[in-house]
Amino acid sequence: MIYDVAIVGGGVIGGMVARELTKYNLSLCILEKENDVACGASKANSGIVHGGYDPEPDTLKAKMNTLGVEKLFATAKQLHVPILRNGSMVCAFSAEEDKTVQELYERGLKNNIPNMKTLTGDEAREIEPNLSGEIASVLWVRNAGIVCPYDLTIAAVGNAMDNGAKLFLNFALAKVEKENGLFQVTSANGETVTANYLINCAGCGSDKVAKLCGDDSFTIIPRGGEYLLLDKTEGQRVSHTIFQCPSKEGKGILVSPTVDGNLLTGPTAGVVADPEEKAITQAGIDMVTKLSAKSVPSVQLRNVITSFTGVRSSEKNGDFIIGFSEKCENLLNVAAIDSPGLTACVAIAEYVAELLKNAGVELSENKTFNGNRENPHAFRSMTDEEKDAYIKQHPEYGKIVCRCEGVSEGEIRYALRTNPPARDMDGVKRRTRSGMGRCQGGFCGPYVMKLIAEELGIAKEEVTKNGAGSHMVIGKL
Amino acid sequence: MTQYDIIVIGGGPAGMAAAVAAYDSGVKNIAVLDREEDLGGILRQCIHNGFGLHKLGEELTGPEYAARYAQQVAERNIKVYYEAAVTNVTADKIVTVQSREGLLKFQAKAVILAMGCRERSRGALNICGTRPAGIYSAGTAQKLINCEGYMVGKRAVILGSGDIGLIMARRLSLEGAKVEAVCELMPYSGGLTRNIVQCLEDFDIPLYLSTTVAEIHGKGRLEGVTIARVDANRRVMEETKRYIPCDTLLLSVGLIPENELTKCAGIAISALTNGAEVDENRQTKVPGIFACGNVLHVHDLVDYVSDEAEIAGCGAAAFVKGELNANKTISVRAEGGVRYVLPQMVHTDCGHDVSLFMRVAAPTGKVRLVVKIGDAVIAKAVKLKTAPGEMEKITVKADKLAACTGTITVCLEEMA
Repeated sequence: MIYDVAIVGGGVIGGMVARELTKYNLSLCILEKENDVACGASKANSGIVHGGYDPEPDTLKAKMNTLGVEKLFATAKQLHVPILRNGSMVCAFSAEEDKTVQELYERGLKNNIPNMKTLTGDEAREIEPNLSGEIASVLWVRNAGIVCPYDLTIAAVGNAMDNGAKLFLNFALAKVEKENGLFQVTSANGETVTANYLINCAGCGSDKVAKLCGDDSFTIIPRGGEYLLLDKTEGQRVSHTIFQCPSKEGKGILVSPTVDGNLLTGPTAGVVADPEEKAITQAGIDMVTKLSAKSVPSVQLRNVITSFTGVRSSEKNGDFIIGFSEKCENLLNVAAIDSPGLTACVAIAEYVAELLKNAGVELSENKTFNGNRENPHAFRSMTDEEKDAYIKQHPEYGKIVCRCEGVSEGEIRYALRTNPPARDMDGVKRRTRSGMGRCQGGFCGPYVMKLIAEELGIAKEEVTKNGAGSHMVIGKL
Repeated sequence: MTQYDIIVIGGGPAGMAAAVAAYDSGVKNIAVLDREEDLGGILRQCIHNGFGLHKLGEELTGPEYAARYAQQVAERNIKVYYEAAVTNVTADKIVTVQSREGLLKFQAKAVILAMGCRERSRGALNICGTRPAGIYSAGTAQKLINCEGYMVGKRAVILGSGDIGLIMARRLSLEGAKVEAVCELMPYSGGLTRNIVQCLEDFDIPLYLSTTVAEIHGKGRLEGVTIARVDANRRVMEETKRYIPCDTLLLSVGLIPENELTKCAGIAISALTNGAEVDENRQTKVPGIFACGNVLHVHDLVDYVSDEAEIAGCGAAAFVKGELNANKTISVRAEGGVRYVLPQMVHTDCGHDVSLFMRVAAPTGKVRLVVKIGDAVIAKAVKLKTAPGEMEKITVKADKLAACTGTITVCLEEMA
């Protein structure tokens, strides 16, 4: 089998590019090194649909952000990914920062961002009463929103798979060779895939993937971002995404509701040595704690239910790198996609298709393409009466497994059967929210293990948290 | 909508004892709703002994203790719904239940909340480091080992010296794992003395006080933890950091009453107990809604859970029969040395003795437990020593109570 296109990386960019390309008659595969998609930056970021005032005008970031916002809202809707236009506020705490707010507003105008407004602190507090009294002015960006990044990635990959794309998991690139103009891509496990075009969406590993192809034109700087996630009891603390003005001390941290009703604070922004080492530090926790209280003093940080670190892939020039490699023919790099990459993902995917077309790839319309994905969250959005009727047809939806998030056995089995099927505990968690609530899987863990073992036809000893080497139990008594 | 006189939410020790007591008080139309496939709650995984010494006068394992009460439920005409998770309770006592039969709605005259508690998770602790497999709350590990028959690891560190952590230190040792250390953040253990002796000392497992897990290491599976002593402000002392290789970390760092449904019914949660505030019948501030067991406050012994559940069961039955007519309410407050006291409200005209249950704030030597109204002492008891891990109890006589106005306070007084 020779694939027309092999996409390296099952993150939000790889997933959206795959989905976009299934609109055409191309044979496609996604090569993902982990045991699931959305395991890198797409799993752990702020989940913000950025308004678009921040990138420097005329950069790729600015173009893709401006184009991307509405495209993302439309696509998320098709994929049944919860997305909310809650608006954002950038807060100034001093006269100097008032100037920054004004600059950002003007930059937003240059970037053609609609529905922005500057507010005084008092005006902002009328809208968002829990904002700090120290806030002097605010840039109010009403087109901004929030989305769950891994939900979006899973949906994009799933929809691409439904439309014919093939997903290879645990496929870490070890070797890339060119034979008769074709890429021969070999994984660390010895699997080989042959493809005409290679699209490098490998996130923090994208420089290494490029190097395997003989392209050393860029180096990724992995930046860690530590977050604290709070219980749903804090989810109403603010309705907007609250940013702080970027300053000499850093970009500040955000306080934002999530689409699932929790409250998220973070991130820090330190360079990390190893992008695989996603560790939480005391300094990070302290910084997020202190700075979130600066914007929203009433946040109760004792209601933290988990903390996590995401690693973003930056590059020294500060812009996205999207284009064909000058060193390796038919290698298309989509790299250094840090913020606002999530916002821009659909715009980037369309841009990639355009680049392929310009390079002479025949893009004929796939008439069977269906961009709508079955709603995996249909059950949880039903009314009580609808749920009752549905359970009577599907009794497994009547058994609650995760009591904190109210997730049923039916929803978990669905996640283990639907593209891209979950294969481990974390995969189930990201798809269903089982184990994501206040007890963090304490009660539901053993039952979820049982369901995974049943659905995958494996022993419980083989059930992992997130792939090889992360076994939950070591054996029978 | 199906009607019940009393709906008991939760079929653990509290729910079972409450249902039986209510039935025996003359209210026969009772349903117990449990989310599991069998009654017993967490007792089903507590296969160690030590249950029932106070209540039943014999030493039983958890499943045996649960079976006694399940038998009593079975002997009565009490309807039990299994795998029935309550998703909502209103102040009007409409109970929504998700079960394999559908989304059911019941109307009750009285509701007894007996949902128990959950373990505090790693996330709530903000431990630094990575997020590998091999980190379990002690109760989850207990379930995997005792109910599912799977061993969680070979070399373990336990954070927290709560009773479940202590019990699991012994359990892991018995199954052949090496327990390297039990670390306790506080300068004293939160567990029962008997468990420290029987579960740690008898197995040569070191207990490190004022010590915490500062960092977690490992990518796939846990590879080790860094432990460290903490200062008086519970901050890690860098120079005391020490690495212990291990593949398992168990957390026994506190229990939190599961009051999400309580909040659904509009009942406020006390910051002291993490449960509802109740009167001497364990009735909450919403008339006809009662609470008992670990959902109300975390108990040390199941025996006391059963006692409390019987109070709630009798109270709910009396409510249904229209017999709860006392109306002179005064509040009860914890003062010097006492962290909380329960019940938080008492009817002075209830006509019977009322026992007050409390936890002390820190370990003490010999003290006098004193109940006062203003400056007047209405009950007192001498305790040779007290500890936050063990519940204390003192009873106020009905005649003393009848004369009370104002606020009842409970405090510890030092004794020479």
